[in-house]
Amino acid sequence: MAKCKYDWPEASDRRLIGKRINRIDGPTKSSGRAKYTYDINLPGLLVAKIYRSPYAHAKITAIDTSEAEKLPGVKTVRIIQGVGKEIQWAGDEIVAVAAVSEDIADDAVRKIKVEFEQLPHFVHEEDLQQAGDHAKEAGGEKGGDPDKAFSDPDVVISEGFYGIPTITHCCLEAHGNVAEWTGANLRTYSSTQNVSGLPGQIGQALREQGVNVPDNNIETICNYVGGGFGSKFSPDRWGIEVAKLAKAAGKPVKLMLDRNMEMEVAGARPSGYAQIKVAAKKDGTIVAWDSHSWGTGGPAGTTMPPLPYVLNIPNKITRHTSISTNTGPGRAWRAPNHPQAALLTMCALDDLAAKLNMDPVEFFSKNADLAGERAEVYRQELRKAAELIDWQKNWHPRGDKSAGTIKRGLGLSLHTWGGRGHNSNCNVTIHPDGSVEVTLGSQDLGTGTRTVIAVVAAETLGLPVEAIRVNIGDSKFPSSGASGGSTTVGGVSASTRRGSVDALQQLLAVVAPSLGVPADQLVAVDGHIQAKGDAAKKLTWKEACAKLQVKTLQVTGKNPGQCALGSSGVGGVQIADVSVDTETGLVKIHKMVAAQDCGLIIDLKTAESQCYGAMIMGITYALFEEKVMDRATGRMLNNNMEFYKLAGIGDIGELVVHMMTGPGYDERGTIGLGEPPVISPGAAISNAVANALGVRVPTLPITPDKVLAALEKGGAA
Amino acid sequence: MRRKKGKLRELHKEGFSRRDFLKGASMAVSTGLLATQEAGAATPETEPGVLGPGAVPITLEINGKPHSLKVEPRVTLLDALRNRLDLTGAKKVCDRGVCGACTVILDGRPVYACNLLAIEAEGHHIVTIEGLSTEGKLHPVMTAFVNHDAQQCGFCTPGFVVACKAFLDKHPDPTREDVERGLGGNLCRCGTYAGVREAVLEAAKTLKGGRANG
Amino acid sequence: MEAFEYARPTTNEEVVKLLTGAKGGAQVLAGGTDILSLMKDGVARPARLVSLQHVKELRGITFHPGTGLRLGATATFEELLENPDVRKHYPALAQAAEGVSSPQVRNTGTVAGDLCQRPRCWYYRAGFGLLAIYNGKPLVPDGDNRYHAILGNSGPAYFVSPSSLAPILVALNAKVKLHGPQGARELPVQDFFLTPKNDQEIEHALQPGEIVTEILVPAPGDVKMAVYEVRQKEALDWPLAAAAVVLNLEGDTVKKVRVVLGHVAPVPWPSPEAEEALTGKSVSEDAAWEAGKAALSKATPLSKNVYKVQLARVAVKRAILRAAKGEA
Repeated sequence: MAKCKYDWPEASDRRLIGKRINRIDGPTKSSGRAKYTYDINLPGLLVAKIYRSPYAHAKITAIDTSEAEKLPGVKTVRIIQGVGKEIQWAGDEIVAVAAVSEDIADDAVRKIKVEFEQLPHFVHEEDLQQAGDHAKEAGGEKGGDPDKAFSDPDVVISEGFYGIPTITHCCLEAHGNVAEWTGANLRTYSSTQNVSGLPGQIGQALREQGVNVPDNNIETICNYVGGGFGSKFSPDRWGIEVAKLAKAAGKPVKLMLDRNMEMEVAGARPSGYAQIKVAAKKDGTIVAWDSHSWGTGGPAGTTMPPLPYVLNIPNKITRHTSISTNTGPGRAWRAPNHPQAALLTMCALDDLAAKLNMDPVEFFSKNADLAGERAEVYRQELRKAAELIDWQKNWHPRGDKSAGTIKRGLGLSLHTWGGRGHNSNCNVTIHPDGSVEVTLGSQDLGTGTRTVIAVVAAETLGLPVEAIRVNIGDSKFPSSGASGGSTTVGGVSASTRRGSVDALQQLLAVVAPSLGVPADQLVAVDGHIQAKGDAAKKLTWKEACAKLQVKTLQVTGKNPGQCALGSSGVGGVQIADVSVDTETGLVKIHKMVAAQDCGLIIDLKTAESQCYGAMIMGITYALFEEKVMDRATGRMLNNNMEFYKLAGIGDIGELVVHMMTGPGYDERGTIGLGEPPVISPGAAISNAVANALGVRVPTLPITPDKVLAALEKGGAA
Repeated sequence: MRRKKGKLRELHKEGFSRRDFLKGASMAVSTGLLATQEAGAATPETEPGVLGPGAVPITLEINGKPHSLKVEPRVTLLDALRNRLDLTGAKKVCDRGVCGACTVILDGRPVYACNLLAIEAEGHHIVTIEGLSTEGKLHPVMTAFVNHDAQQCGFCTPGFVVACKAFLDKHPDPTREDVERGLGGNLCRCGTYAGVREAVLEAAKTLKGGRANG
Repeated sequence: MEAFEYARPTTNEEVVKLLTGAKGGAQVLAGGTDILSLMKDGVARPARLVSLQHVKELRGITFHPGTGLRLGATATFEELLENPDVRKHYPALAQAAEGVSSPQVRNTGTVAGDLCQRPRCWYYRAGFGLLAIYNGKPLVPDGDNRYHAILGNSGPAYFVSPSSLAPILVALNAKVKLHGPQGARELPVQDFFLTPKNDQEIEHALQPGEIVTEILVPAPGDVKMAVYEVRQKEALDWPLAAAAVVLNLEGDTVKKVRVVLGHVAPVPWPSPEAEEALTGKSVSEDAAWEAGKAALSKATPLSKNVYKVQLARVAVKRAILRAAKGEA
C-alpha cells in the first residue's frame, strides 16, 4: 500500500495514539491554578453589570440613568437599546454600567429607571393550536409514495406525539469577557469556543458601531473556558458592549453574566415536538414515515430536525412549523437538531417495534440497511451495546410484568454525526535545546484538545507527551477553527501531524551528515534520532536538536492538506436500563452503555470522557432539564441552579463506554466526537421507560407528573 | 446608608492595589475582636457593635496565613477570595449555595463561600483549593482527578476537589454509595461524575496508605 | 446585594436590641443559606443583619432522658446528624436532616434557619411577593404551580412550607422558644407556622425583633418514627412531598399515631384523617396505603400539581412502613 508521507502510523508503530493518556492540563485544572476569563484580575479593573428587560415583549418609552451616573464609583453608563426599541424577550440587555466593584455596579443598575409599553407575548409552543400567528410553515420533504405505503393493508401503523422542550446550556462559567485597551489596541479575555474567529467578529461589530479598530489590533485570549456546548461562538452583544465600556472608561472592564442572565438569554437548545406516523411490514421492514414537527428557538423559530433520523425510510413525508416565541434566542447546543431528531424518530420507531411485538435490537438491526453506508457499523454497535447491557437476559417485551411497584426496562437509540476536521494552522517549533512547541489559535473546551495536539506531536517526533509544549488560546497564534460540531480533533490533529512530520524531516536533514546516514533513512524513536535498522547509529533528541546550533526550526502545519488524515460520518448506539417507581413516577438510571465509533482515536481516555460526559448530560436532559416559562409574565421561572435541575453524582447510575476501534475504524482517520454521544440518551431513556411501563411518556424531561399521568392514561404495567 | 466620598476612595484604593494589602497581611493579627475595634475607628458607629455599611477592616485566616483587608459587610467570602485576594480557584457559578463550585473548608468542614459573608468568616480557619497543593505538589485527590479524568472544562473541579477532600477527611474508607450520597452538594455540567466517583475511591486508598506509612 | 449594617452580638438580649433598633429593618443572619440568597435576589432588603454566630446561648444540642432534646437555634444540620442521642432517640430527625443532601448546606444551615427560611415559590423568589400577585391577580392558580400546595391552598397563599424538620418536629409535639422585646415565649412548632391571609402577613409567628432561640422536643417515649421524602434527585433537591410519622404500637397494633405532611401546604400539615385511618390497625402495606389515601382525601390540587397528591400519599405510606420497620 502506497503510503502518503503524513499518514498516521500503522497500528503496530503507535506508541501513544489510541492509548489512555492523562490530559496534559489536568494538574493545572484540578489544583485550581487554571485561569479562566472569570478569574482575570487586572490593575484598575472595573466591573460591568447590565439592566435587563423585565418584560418579554415591550417597547422602551423612557430611560433615566441619571441616578446611576451620580453614584460614587460608577465610571461609565451606556444605553445598549434606547427609547423606541422593541424588546423581544425577558432579560434582554438595555443599559450597561461599569463601576469600581461588582456591588457598586449592581447598586447603579438598581437606580436605573426604564419605562416600557408592554406588548403581548407568547412563550409556550408545545400546543401547536395555540401558536396562531407565531407559527410559520418551514418546509418539508416528500420521498417515494407515502400515501400508497400507508394504505397498504398489510402494514402495521403506529402513531404518536413526542417532544423535547427548550433547555439551556447552563455553562458553569457564564458567558463574558474582559476588555482592555492599550492605545489603539484592544485585548479581550473571552470565554469562547472561537479564539481565532473572535477578533474579526468584534472588530466588525465595533466598526459598525462607530469604534474604528482594525481586526489586526484586536487580540482575544482564552486559556481555559468553563463550558460552551455550542453557545460561545460569538462575542455577543455584551462582548461588544464591554469593549465600548472599557474604551469610554479608559480602564479594563470585566463583564460576566449573572447566573439568571446566563440561564435566560445565553443558552437555549431549540425545542422539538412532532406528531408522527410510521409503518412497517409485519416482518418489521420499515416502509413509511409521516411527520409534522414544530418547535421554537426564540424569536427566530426553528428549522426542521433531520427527520426521519439515521434511517432513510423509502416513503416519507415531512412538514415543519417554525414557532417564534418571546424567549431568549436559540443557540447551537451539542449536535444541533440531532437530539431532537433522535428523540422524535427513535421513540416513534420503538413504538412501532412494540406494536410489531419485535425486539428493538432485532428491529433496528433488520432495518440498518436504511442507514446506507454505515449499516454494518450500526449492526456491530447494536451487537456490542446489547452485549454490554446483557440484553438477552434483561430485555422483556413492553411492560415489566414482574410483581412490585418498581418496573425495569431497556431502551435503545441510534445516532449519527459528521465531524470532519476544520481548517487549522499551527506552528511546530523545535528549539536547539530540544524543546518542542506546537502553537495554534485553538481552544480546549475540556474536550482534551491540548492533549490531542501533544499526543500527535509526541508520537510523530518520537518523544514523550510531556516533551511537547502546547500553546493555544490566543488569536495572535496561527488561525485555527472554532470548536463546534466535533471539528476540532480532526482539524488540530491533522495540522499538528503535518507540521510535525515536516519539522522532523527538516531536523533529519540537518542531522543526517553527522550520522552519515541519508535523511530518509533516519527515524525518530524513543527520544532518539536513529538509522532505520541500525540502532547503533543514533543521537539523543537533545543532541540532534543541538545540531540546529542557533537556528530554531519552525514549520507551519495545515488542515486541509496533503494526505487524508480524517474523514466524516460516525454512527453510535446507546442503551439505557432504567427503573421506574410506578408509585411515585421517579425514574432511576440503573445502567447506560454506549458503543461509539469516531475513526482513529488519538487519546482514548479523553475520548471515553467525552462519551461519559455526553451520557450524563443526556441523563440530565432526559430526566430533569426544561426551561420553564411563565405564561403571565413571560419570564423564565427556573433561572437558577436550584430549580433548573442538573443531575448530581448520585443520579447517573453505572455507565459503560465502548469505543469501536481497530480495523474498519482506524483507517478512517480522525473524526470528531463532541456531538455524537450526546444525541441518543434522551431517546434511549424514553424508550427504556416505555419498555418498563408499557406506556409512552411522550415528552422529555420524564418527570414524576408525566410518568403518573401516562400510567393513569393507559399503563399496562 | 450614605457613604462618604473619602471612605469610598479609600475602599477603592484598598480593593485594587493588591500589593498594599498583601504587604499589610504579613503583619496582621488574626483576631475578630481586634478587627472589630479597628472597624469602630474606621466607621463611626451609629450604635454600639454595629459595623458598616461601609468598608470594615477584617482579618481572614486563609491557608494558614492571616490576610487583612477592608470589606463592606455585604461582601461574600467568595468575592473577597476572588476579587480581593486573587484566590480564584473557588468559582462563582450559581452564587446561591447550590452548585458547590465555590466550596472551601471552614474549620474542617466544607461550606459554600458564596453564601457566607467574608466578615462572618473572621476567626475561622479557611482552606481553599490553593491551600491543598503546596509548592506545585498535587494533593492526592487532585492526582486522582487527573488519573481518572474527573474533569473536562474544569470549572466545577476545584470546588469538587475541595468537597472530596473534606468528604474523605470524614469518611476515610467510603463505599461507592457513600461517595454518591456524600457529594450531593456539587454539580458538574460536562458530566465528569463517573471519573469523580473513581477518583474519590482511589484517593481514599492513597490517603490511607499515606496515613499508614506516615 | 444592597449594602447593610452588620452586628455580631453575644447575647439574646443584644440580638433583640439590635434587631429592633435598626432603621429600615433588620434580619437575623444565622447560617445565611437562605437570607443571603433572598438579598441577592432583591427579595429581602434589610438595612441591618444581626449575626448569631457569637451568641453562645443559641448553640448546642443536649438530651436528657426525662425532658427530651434541646436544639439550640444555631445548631447545624450536620451537628444534628452527628449527634448520637439524636440518632438513637430521634432517628427521624436525622433522616430529615439527611434529606438535605449537600454537606455544604448541612454544615451552615441551622435548625432555626430551617424553620424560618422563606418559601421557595419561584414567583416569590422572582419578586412578585409571597402571595405572587401580578397586575392585581394571583399568578399561581393559572401559572406554573407544579411545585405548589395541594392542601390549605384556597388562597391567597399557594406556596409550600419548605422546612425539612418541621413535619417531624410537629409530629413529636416539639415546641419552639422565642425571644423578643417582650421577653421569652414558647409555642408549639405547629403554631409557629401560619398561612398568611393578606400581603401584610407572613408564614411565621415571629413578631418584629423576635428570634427563635431553641427547639424543645419532648422525650419520645416508646415510639417508632420516620420521615420519608419524595425527591427527584439524589443530589441537593427540594422534596416534592414529604411525610413524618410517629407511631405508638401495642404489639402490632397502632395505639396512637401522628402523621404530618411536608411540602404540600403553606404550613406543615398534620393529618388527623391519616391518624384515624391507621389507629387500631396493625401496620401493613395496605393499612399504610389507606392512611396515605386518607391523608390526601381533602386535597385540592392546582392545575399542574395533581401528581403531588399521589406523591404525598406514597410519602405517608412509606413513612409509616419505614417507622414500623424501625429503620435508622
